[in-house]
Amino acid sequence: MMRGDDDAIISLVARTVSPFIMIFALYVIFHGHYSPGGGFQGGTMLAAALILVRLAAGNDLAQLQFPRSWGTPLGSAGVLIYWGTGFVAMMGGGRFLDYAFLPLAGAAPQRRSLGILFIEIGVGLAVCGILTAIYDDLLEGRPHD
Amino acid sequence: MKALRTAVLVLFGAVLVIGGMSLPNRGDPDARPYRDPSPAGTPNAPSYYVRHAERDADTPNMVTVILADYRGFDTMGEETVILTAGLVCFLILRRGRPKEKRS
Amino acid sequence: MHWELEITLFFFLIVTALVALESRNLLTAVVSLSVFSFLSALLYAAMGAVDVGFTEAVVGGGVSGVLFVVTIFKTSRKSKD
Repeated sequence: MMRGDDDAIISLVARTVSPFIMIFALYVIFHGHYSPGGGFQGGTMLAAALILVRLAAGNDLAQLQFPRSWGTPLGSAGVLIYWGTGFVAMMGGGRFLDYAFLPLAGAAPQRRSLGILFIEIGVGLAVCGILTAIYDDLLEGRPHD
Repeated sequence: MKALRTAVLVLFGAVLVIGGMSLPNRGDPDARPYRDPSPAGTPNAPSYYVRHAERDADTPNMVTVILADYRGFDTMGEETVILTAGLVCFLILRRGRPKEKRS
Repeated sequence: MHWELEITLFFFLIVTALVALESRNLLTAVVSLSVFSFLSALLYAAMGAVDVGFTEAVVGGGVSGVLFVVTIFKTSRKSKD
């Protein structure tokens, strides 16, 4: 099942569909201000696209797309983006996670909108990395005793 | 044993139905949680969010504003929990074994 | 209103939950659980909570099913009880 040299059609379809899922996931992340969606949903869809290629093309071939050592650092980077936004707002003179004090152009509502966008990107990166890492750990971890 | 299990399930379902009948109607603006002040003292906190979300953050989707702006600490804790879950999976599933190729 | 649609969704929700509980084959249980998640996502959307329904559809119907299937392939396929 997890080797991927079984069926060419499954591999071809999965590799064709996966970029479209990623585009829609990025749309969900960046359009979360105006429509249902946001960082968590978009990040999960990104992870679903990566896992689809892993299921269809095999775990060894999919390392060319997203190596197994990237998952946990990507998740940590997302959490760091979130906390860093809060600390930058604190350095701007406000409270923790008060986006009106971010050093950006525009009035306070526009600054808060941009702050929400940074938060969503951080959440999306974290969820995508962690879900892919959990899949890799489940697949390549040691068998049960 | 199976009869006892079925009886307990039916009883629990009856309790749920009786409890659910006294819930407020769906989307009722006069329901109790929308009338009471919040613990911080803000009167009518949910209707404050509904009325001020788009003006405060220039974002029409008020769910996003509540999740990421008004309740930013909550989402931060949630994301930290996800990272912790991933690290715990890494530590449990890949513990103490040299890397080798398995087919 | 659209209470007929919701009654149908609730009926299939209970059916898929019972199938997931009672089946011996764990793959059947996982697929039935994914259907359960997707039906509850449709119910959330019918109730007006579109964001919650979106999350439930993506997480419950997509990724958690894959994780369950990988776990079943790593362990055993039949239920003992």
